Amino acid sequence: MTGQETATATSALAEPSAAVPCFYRVASRQEDTGDTVTLELTEPDGPVPAFAPVPAFAPGQFAMLTAFGVGEVPISVSGLGDSGGGRARRLQHTLRAVGAVTRALCAVQPGGLIGVRGPFGVGWDVASAAGRDLVIVAGGIGLAPLRPVVLAALADRSRYRRIVLLVGARTPADLLYGGEFDRWRRDGVEVAVTVDQADSGWNGEVGLVTALIKPAGLAPGDSVAFICGPDIMMRVTADALAALGIPPSQIRVSLERNMRCGAAWCGHCQLGPLLVCRDGPVVGYDRAAALMRVREL
Amino acid sequence: MTDTVAARLAAHSFFAALTDDQRAALAEDGAAVTFTPGQRLFDEGGIADCFWLIEDGGIALDLRVPGRGDQIIETLGAGTVLGWSWLHPPYRWHFGAVARVATNAIEFEAPSVRRRCDADPAFGYAALRLFTPIITERLQATRLRLLDLYATAAQVRQREVQQADT
Amino acid sequence: MHPSEDSMLQPSGRRVVVDAGDLTALFEALRGQGYTVVGPTVRDGAIVVAELASARELPFGWGVEADAGRYRLRQRPDTAAFGHSAGPQSWKSVLHPARARLWSADRATGSVEAGEAAEPPRYALLGVRPCDVRAVGILDQVLAGGRQADPVYRGRRDGAFIIAVECTEPGATCFCASMSCGPGVESGFDLAMTELADADGHRFVVRVGTPAGAVVLADVPSRAADDATVRRASTAVEEAADHMGRAMPTQGLPRLLADSRESPHWDDVASRCLTCGNCTMVCPTCFCTTTEDVTDLTGDHAERWRVWDSCYSLDFSYLHGGSVRTSGQSRYRQWITHKLGTWHEQFGSSGCVGCGRCIAWCPVGIDITQEVSALADLLDAATAHDDENGGGERR
Repeated sequence: MTGQETATATSALAEPSAAVPCFYRVASRQEDTGDTVTLELTEPDGPVPAFAPVPAFAPGQFAMLTAFGVGEVPISVSGLGDSGGGRARRLQHTLRAVGAVTRALCAVQPGGLIGVRGPFGVGWDVASAAGRDLVIVAGGIGLAPLRPVVLAALADRSRYRRIVLLVGARTPADLLYGGEFDRWRRDGVEVAVTVDQADSGWNGEVGLVTALIKPAGLAPGDSVAFICGPDIMMRVTADALAALGIPPSQIRVSLERNMRCGAAWCGHCQLGPLLVCRDGPVVGYDRAAALMRVREL
Repeated sequence: MTDTVAARLAAHSFFAALTDDQRAALAEDGAAVTFTPGQRLFDEGGIADCFWLIEDGGIALDLRVPGRGDQIIETLGAGTVLGWSWLHPPYRWHFGAVARVATNAIEFEAPSVRRRCDADPAFGYAALRLFTPIITERLQATRLRLLDLYATAAQVRQREVQQADT
Repeated sequence: MHPSEDSMLQPSGRRVVVDAGDLTALFEALRGQGYTVVGPTVRDGAIVVAELASARELPFGWGVEADAGRYRLRQRPDTAAFGHSAGPQSWKSVLHPARARLWSADRATGSVEAGEAAEPPRYALLGVRPCDVRAVGILDQVLAGGRQADPVYRGRRDGAFIIAVECTEPGATCFCASMSCGPGVESGFDLAMTELADADGHRFVVRVGTPAGAVVLADVPSRAADDATVRRASTAVEEAADHMGRAMPTQGLPRLLADSRESPHWDDVASRCLTCGNCTMVCPTCFCTTTEDVTDLTGDHAERWRVWDSCYSLDFSYLHGGSVRTSGQSRYRQWITHKLGTWHEQFGSSGCVGCGRCIAWCPVGIDITQEVSALADLLDAATAHDDENGGGERR
């Protein structure tokens, strides 16, 4: 195969089908940590017949990404991308290699193709927190779907009061986007970071991410919380914020379940009455709390 | 001096469950202190004869591990209480503590507080009830860290394999 | 007869009679309109859903003995072709096939083709019971009623012609009356038939449901239905409602199931349930699928196929290196809670149509109506106990 490969959707159907991926090109690939990669996807160059960029993504929404010939997985956007004309011209995704598909996606080099379907799901709805404090709590790879919240708030900084970002990671080597924290601090985000296990070079906080909550001195009546990370981390954090006095309806978590379609056809992503791809992944803790507590739901 | 300490105690929600009298009594055993960055508060194995309310700054709890040097177990920030080894014999520190940054704190004299608890059971019970929630909270947080929730399934399996081999 | 000239054939509720012998003409009329006829036929000891070449392939004179965990064919005393129930297949085999290609892509030539390998044929579904008519309506909501329509379903559904057949002889596992979707049917069909096979002959009372139905019926020999025949047919259907094999208490099911999440009853079911997934295969509304990406040897040609899946399969809820629902208890709970409870919140109706297939085809005879009763009894007992002991927190 020579030259730039392309793949385009020449749909046999009257309207573009939500089942057929649009193949975007990898513009850049950055290794964040040992097993995490951030990819930037763009529209293919040149006039590719019938390629139609998918609609623009909002923070918290996810795409179904296809590794050609391997399979498809749901991955949230980890950046704002370029949404010119309401279409996704550029997309950013941070992936962790945990299975066959994600390993294949993480291995795609610049110039390679990745199929995109989407956008799917209910997003963070950052704008609804206008005039209030944003309390963003990220655990591990959970910082990836939350990064667009930080970027969206910074893009319209005066619309929000405090922007508080609390980040927890396993070890210092597992911290994502560490190089951006200082810039975010300069731009008006209060960033606090902690790790579960320190290494010899670490001078920062050590402990569970919930330990960062009290020192932040939050105003519970005027805060909207955005939490993402492993299930238990989200529950413990949400409970701690609710105990402070933030109403559960103002605490938003990002749920995760097995997804085979993203469009509410395949039935896999149910959590009780919720179809996570359609009613989530972002859900208010007032709805999610009871469901998250039921064993094997 | 104690009036100032009493006022500073009143400003922290941690002491809210105490009555005014109890808080005033506790304040008599307290004094304002400051630590410079890197200043060691105590060593592992030392006599636990005080505890602190950290008002601002940060303290790191550490443990000296042969071959690995000083390992930081946990860091404590503003509004937290440091030290509970003073509550029970043998009154010895299980970890060391060092100031990470310039830190202001109220230092309480433990033997004196213990005498007060023995003399006034109501005060003793109230003081104990202040501390047990922190202990359970720290224990719960530590248990969750032990679960290694940020690990991928592959990392968990790797750790299990390593444990089986040792 | 030109359809627009004959008011009897307009969708007006007026009825005509078609003799069983003229079903051949119905087949020809359907094929003349470009439909592939799919209907019941005897195969492998059961009455299955298959493409039919002629009316002769219908299961004339065949009935079934169905009960919990039991299905046998039996000879009927008459020649009725639709006097059976609870077959192992439903019309989702046609509209929502077990295997379908979603797209294929070619890296070398740079092209991606959407959809199935060939245009799907237009199907005429002959013999859709009222429960199954409702099931198709439910699948319409699930697969085509959301923000995006499933393209495979939409393609087959849009071209489908539905001939409903009302029930006059419910099976032992049937409870469509409880679910308010049978034994008669009022909408959702192009033609509706009620079969009469008695001393006065083997015939069908036919109603037109849509203009497309009228067009097909115009080419089938028929005569006006006299009042007595119409009454006989409607009485047979009405009486069928009183002879259902089972009943389902539908009041408050979503609440009952939500409150039963921690019920001890799940252990009881789990001691019987094999998690084999038969119920999900035979259920006319179970819609879960998964996808498989395949390539050729060069790796440059890839296809995505969609295949049926079941919430009973162990990796259905796979997440982060393990499954969320590993125990049998949790998987049975998921199926019944979804079917009767959370379906309402997700799709605006119950997911169950009372066809009774799951009861017949469960190898150990688990009866969904009995399981609901058991849950209700346990919850009542628990609530009474709590009330006696000064109230308790109901999770």
